[in-house]
Amino acid sequence: MGSSVQVPAGASERAFHLAEEHEHEAGSSTLLGFWLYLMSDCLIFAMLFASYGVYSGSTAGGPDAKELFDLPFVALNTAMLLFSSITYGFAMIAAEEGKKGATLRWLAITGVFGLCFLGIELYEFSHLIHEGAGPQRSAFLSSFFTLVGTHGLHVTFGIVWLVTLMVQVAKFGLGAANMRRLMCLSLFWHFLDVVWIGVFTFVYLLGVL
Amino acid sequence: MSDTLTKLIFGRLTIESFPIHEPIIVMTFIAVAIGGAAVLAALTYFKLWGYLWKEWFTTVDHKKIGIMYMILGIVMLLRGFADAIMMRSQQAIAFGQNEGFLNAHHYDQVFTAHGVIMIFFVAMPFVTGLMNYIVPLQIGARDVSFPFLNNFSFWMTASGVVIVMASLFVGEFARTGWLAFAPLSGLDYSPDVGVDYYIWALQLAGVGTLLSGVNLIATIVKMRAPGMGLMKMPIFTWSALVTNILIVAAFPVLTAVLAMLSLDRYVGTNFFTNTLGGNPMMYVNMIWIWGHPEVYILVLPVFGVFSEVVSTFSSKRLFGYTSMVYALLVITILSYLVWLHHFFTMGSGASVNSFFGITTMIISIPTGAKIFNWLFTMYRGRIRYELPMMWAIAFMLTFTIGGMTGVLLAVPPADFVLHNSLFLVAHFHNVIIGAVVFGTFAGINYWFPKAFGFKLDRTWGLVSFWCWFVGFWVAFTPLYVLGLMGITRRLRHFDDPSLQIWFVIAAVGAAIIAVGIAAFLIQIAVSVLNRDKLRDVTGDPWDGRSLEWATSSPPPDYNFAFTPVVHDMDAWYDMKSHKYARPTEGFQPIHMPSNTWAGIVIAGVSTVFGLAMVWYIWWLAALSFVAVIGVAIFHTFNYKRDFHIPVEEVIETELRRTADLQAAGA
Amino acid sequence: MAGHAHHDAHAHGHGGHGDAPAHGSRREYVIGFLLSVVLTAIPFALVMTNAFADSRITAGIVMLCAIVQIVVHMIYFLHMNTKSENGWTLMALIFTAILVVIVLSGSLWVMYHMNLNMMPQMSGEMSTM
Repeated sequence: MGSSVQVPAGASERAFHLAEEHEHEAGSSTLLGFWLYLMSDCLIFAMLFASYGVYSGSTAGGPDAKELFDLPFVALNTAMLLFSSITYGFAMIAAEEGKKGATLRWLAITGVFGLCFLGIELYEFSHLIHEGAGPQRSAFLSSFFTLVGTHGLHVTFGIVWLVTLMVQVAKFGLGAANMRRLMCLSLFWHFLDVVWIGVFTFVYLLGVL
Repeated sequence: MSDTLTKLIFGRLTIESFPIHEPIIVMTFIAVAIGGAAVLAALTYFKLWGYLWKEWFTTVDHKKIGIMYMILGIVMLLRGFADAIMMRSQQAIAFGQNEGFLNAHHYDQVFTAHGVIMIFFVAMPFVTGLMNYIVPLQIGARDVSFPFLNNFSFWMTASGVVIVMASLFVGEFARTGWLAFAPLSGLDYSPDVGVDYYIWALQLAGVGTLLSGVNLIATIVKMRAPGMGLMKMPIFTWSALVTNILIVAAFPVLTAVLAMLSLDRYVGTNFFTNTLGGNPMMYVNMIWIWGHPEVYILVLPVFGVFSEVVSTFSSKRLFGYTSMVYALLVITILSYLVWLHHFFTMGSGASVNSFFGITTMIISIPTGAKIFNWLFTMYRGRIRYELPMMWAIAFMLTFTIGGMTGVLLAVPPADFVLHNSLFLVAHFHNVIIGAVVFGTFAGINYWFPKAFGFKLDRTWGLVSFWCWFVGFWVAFTPLYVLGLMGITRRLRHFDDPSLQIWFVIAAVGAAIIAVGIAAFLIQIAVSVLNRDKLRDVTGDPWDGRSLEWATSSPPPDYNFAFTPVVHDMDAWYDMKSHKYARPTEGFQPIHMPSNTWAGIVIAGVSTVFGLAMVWYIWWLAALSFVAVIGVAIFHTFNYKRDFHIPVEEVIETELRRTADLQAAGA
Repeated sequence: MAGHAHHDAHAHGHGGHGDAPAHGSRREYVIGFLLSVVLTAIPFALVMTNAFADSRITAGIVMLCAIVQIVVHMIYFLHMNTKSENGWTLMALIFTAILVVIVLSGSLWVMYHMNLNMMPQMSGEMSTM
């Protein structure tokens, strides 16, 4: 298993090399490699969750989760990310069908949802900082801002990537290389959604509880 | 006004940042500057820049990148060892009235730099270099899965090196010990640039390490020659696979914890401070979650090296291949369940300590099983005492003792006595030198003929071997003794004169090791001079067993003219015993990745970013950060990243090989 | 398992899209989306309306929903299955999940005991100091 070419079966002599070269498809490892990178990213988030867990009670006399978090707001934010997930899915379907225009349109919509998500998050951050509940206030807030902020940074990076990819798709079409890149960004984007499930559950919902 | 402007432009970099009052550093700087200028002048004079750029700096060939990793490791070994010599001499003389020659400020930097450099910039490049060079050859591949990324990874490691080296001459390095424990590494107690140098060196090098981990896993999973099932992979490739899984799973933890430390230092958060809910112990907890797997990241590849060496030079199939593989897998998981044994004394209590004590003792079992496998491989083998085999035997003797002192430390009550003592220092040097350093030398002596086409000189190799082996024990046995007496590590000065003799003996040991290092460098020089006498044209000087010996030495750019087909774990041995005839016709053009400038450029700009962050030069940091992203995006617009080696070139190379083989009478 | 692997290795040989990971159909995306909406709405509603007097019940349901939703995302959006890349992606995912559990629960366990032993005043036990 795992070999890319089958050994010719039934050959009586042991063949020790391939006479005909099956070229390794360019980028045939890309998706596996990117998945491995995502797994490593997952562990970065694991550490941030761990520190949030350890510090969740370390408010140092400052405000705690119950006082700070505004759930309807978080629900709105979650909706943005969820919508962007399905629109990215539609972009992938359009790309599979070779519809360049539709792909670009769905990617743009995804980007807009992503920007809305970021906007809401930045508003929440500035609001908290304004109230004196900035990342410097307590270890609890340090870990909150770092965890949620790191997720936000990933989304920001995802949007930069999305825009780059839109330019590339517009310019070079939906060739194999661009399909591969769309697929990688798809993994990245949906992965961020999975992380967000952890964030809204452990940080917001259980925090407010 | 002008003061603000200077601050704006230079951050906290001032004239005082240059340590001109430290004679040792000034002398070093002068030596480095003269040596560096001479090298640069020579390169320019002999017009080698174009060659270096085209053939090495921009290369995506895993073999050349592997060699560059090894050279980087050797250079940094000299730097790290210079620190070691300074520590040993300081401790040998600094008794009573004598303050020694290093002040506290400098001494603390020296032991920190020694640890950081030896682990991150010597041991890591060595194991990465060996894996990079050997793994694609062993699995019958043309290159790694992501050749560009491989080049980039190397340069990111080099970028970390540049930042560490810069700290020697501009500003200072961390004075915190190699793991920069908080709160000492926090802004309150280390307001200077030292810890920032530490953070950025490790973060940048960490990017390279992580990506090279991803790369090698993908390579091993996807690029194996047909027929090479998982249980037919050479054992070195197996250990490389497991090592890189550990890298991908452990380095993100380091990235995260260092990022939190940087937030504490740059933004004023309170993760690891003593105030506002911060908890320095969380830093210790998290960094050891990375730190313990890191130990196995270093040691597993050299276990692979020893397995190959022992099997080859005993002229026998490796004993217990399957158990070796399972031992590797068990170690992979268990290495994540032992991290607390580094801080039993922190006070988590009996239940936590006993859990981690027991897991630590359990992890020694698969390791012990490996030792027995090597012994049984040797048993009734026709053992050839070539240099790699001698290193392997020295390893087994040394590492076993180091392992046993480790199990001793795994007992929490014993650890309460020995924690942070010189016994601990002796223990981890015993396993790291005994395994990683000896393994690297075994690997270099074993695979050097593959990489360059001639063997290494035996006489100087023996001098190097004996000096290292004897020097190690002379240097570290006294530390075991001192540790049992209760002497703690990292002390600069002692009051009790009765201890001095032990430190003098240890210093003598370090001097013997110094001779060993010199002998190693001489060994390479002598071998290059005598290369015609030491030449091997068969490509298989040791009667090897795995695929890397099936091709020429050095291998052509494309490694194998025809992709090999594998039927047995010892693929090349199998081919030889079936009287495999090398094909001499039917060649085809070969698809290869193109060189790339992007790796070195992005890493170079990242270095600038790191230095700007260290010195609070915000405009430069912002500019270089944008530049990194920009260059990376620009690079993605290049879709043409491969070419075909024309068939004429393949035929020419292969005909030359045929002629060489005939001349050698093979 | 072995059969899968064999079949996949064969498919791989043809290159092109043979090895490409499973792509979702529109239907799959919509199902995944609807499930996610439900699995998000339930915990939010429970917490916002204080549905249960005992917050431990709420916490349990919230966490259960999160786990189920993560699985839903993995299947419908990330197209995880046992076959893609010969099962290596799934294996990597399981390995990562194990490590995440180890570092999360391990850190909490270690730090909880440490705080208990070393900083008893923070647990309020030595407030009479």
